[in-house]
Amino acid sequence: MSSAKAELMKYEEALEKFEVVIGLEVHIELNTKTKMFCGCANVFGDEPNTNVCPICIGLPGSLPAVNRRAIESSISIGLALGCQIAPNGRFSRKNYFYPDLAKNFQTSQYDEPIAFEGEISVEVPSGKFFTVAIERAHMEEDAGKLTHIGGNTGRIQGAEYSLVDYNRAGVPLVEIVTKPIYGGGAEAPELAAAYVRLIREMVKGLGVSDARMERGNVRCDANVSIRPHGQEKLGTRTETKNVNSLRSIERAVRYEIQRQAAILAKGGTITQETRHWHEDRGATSSGRPKSDADDYRYFPEPDLVPVQPSAEWVEELRAKLPEQPAARRKRLQLDWGFSDLEFRDVVNAGLMDPIEETVAAGAKPQAARKWWTGEIARIANAEDKEVSELSISASDVVELANLVESGKINDRMAREVLTGVLAGEGRPGQIVTDRGLEMVSDDGALLAAIDAALAKQPDVLEKIREGKLQAAGAVIGAVMQAMKGTADAARVRELIIQRAAE
Amino acid sequence: MSEITPDLVRHLAGLARILVTDEEVTQLAQELGVIVDSVATISKAVEGDVPATSHPIAMANVMRDDVVEPSLTQEQALSGAPDSDQGRFRVAAILDEE
Repeated sequence: MSSAKAELMKYEEALEKFEVVIGLEVHIELNTKTKMFCGCANVFGDEPNTNVCPICIGLPGSLPAVNRRAIESSISIGLALGCQIAPNGRFSRKNYFYPDLAKNFQTSQYDEPIAFEGEISVEVPSGKFFTVAIERAHMEEDAGKLTHIGGNTGRIQGAEYSLVDYNRAGVPLVEIVTKPIYGGGAEAPELAAAYVRLIREMVKGLGVSDARMERGNVRCDANVSIRPHGQEKLGTRTETKNVNSLRSIERAVRYEIQRQAAILAKGGTITQETRHWHEDRGATSSGRPKSDADDYRYFPEPDLVPVQPSAEWVEELRAKLPEQPAARRKRLQLDWGFSDLEFRDVVNAGLMDPIEETVAAGAKPQAARKWWTGEIARIANAEDKEVSELSISASDVVELANLVESGKINDRMAREVLTGVLAGEGRPGQIVTDRGLEMVSDDGALLAAIDAALAKQPDVLEKIREGKLQAAGAVIGAVMQAMKGTADAARVRELIIQRAAE
Repeated sequence: MSEITPDLVRHLAGLARILVTDEEVTQLAQELGVIVDSVATISKAVEGDVPATSHPIAMANVMRDDVVEPSLTQEQALSGAPDSDQGRFRVAAILDEE
């Protein structure tokens, strides 16, 4: 578990020397009302160990029963991925000893996943499309949450003991596993992030998951290996865990490429292991050596009978599939009238959902785009957060856009209002009042300021009369300054020209 | 014959978190060897198109509706735990893994 800084090769150099192969495992937490094998509520954030029962804390004699809705959700995910649905599926026990599961095994699927052999098309920020082949999507249960106490880092190293909350234990998960993805080249990191973004959109569209990455509803493990160009044998891969935002996925893949390249270039070998991503220092560190599947001693779960979805059931679910993400993207771009470039920026910034909500709440598409991709994204970026983590709603943005549109506030004030909204000061209209931000459109007040400014620049009116309208600029500037930016510049200009005409 | 070596027994014991003596390793290697050989013999008898079974009764699709049922209270859940703290099960820190 060395935390020594690893040597990295320059990214461009690494790509010149090596071919990158990635593989992605995405866990989707389903939003069923209850857990996978028992009737305990599937809720985030409840008091610890209040949604637990003999089944999910593994008390002797308890027997699991499969949640029908979870099976339906899993089939829907499989179908949306273009997979075949197994006519006969089974659950298996994956045996390991770790206190995050009280049973000493995880109920999962091993050799008979519910869905297999699919593919989806993923667009990367450059506009290029990649086909990602899906190996399988299988069902399993989530584990409990450990809190490490003692030490000074909150991490396990140095911890004196750990506390376990089993509320999450038994929550249904679908794990989607890709086949090795070749040919990503320099765009492999972007491809990894774009793939996860697409999966997230897909499961959200299906309504089977809340798909909130910051809550761990969507989690990604990124497998990365590199090999010299032209070599047939795949390189040794590492599996980076704990990459829980789209940005970290991109960074973690890039980091692993650079780290592995530096090792191989020096004649070293890559250790097959799990690695942990540390967002704070932008690096991965070595975890445990990867166990062989054999070490999990998988065997068919004797307490559960096979799941055999009938062809009719599968077709019924297929007929109910909503619009696919690619089709939805096309439709929204057309509805909003965005250029390809504008739309791609929206997608890559992950802003399609908030803009859709904002437009639905009454904003003009271009105004919604301007605020979300502009100032709001800028603030999120500066604070190193996802836009969804900021406390601003679609209706706040609608109100803000309306205030600007109606001429009540200008863009500069709007940015100040936005800061207020994010700081929790209330709704935009309220903040305008509280901070006294309204633009002064009272001609009397404006004229007083204009006359004061003109007194200092007496030749301006003469210049305007000679047709040099740009001379008004200096006075507008002086008025804006005098009124601390609250004057409506367009109105000030009109009034100056009127004065010149008097 | 059997591929169960003493090292494999030690590895399995490690995975199962069971402490075994050298004497037990020798004995278990023999016993597990017999079991593996017996299974191999049975496998020969059913070679071909006999599908694997994991349940004694041929049944499938036993499912429950997605309806919330009462859970245990926190006190009940923790009542059998050797140690607890802040409403959670308290366990020894596990090093070397994360």
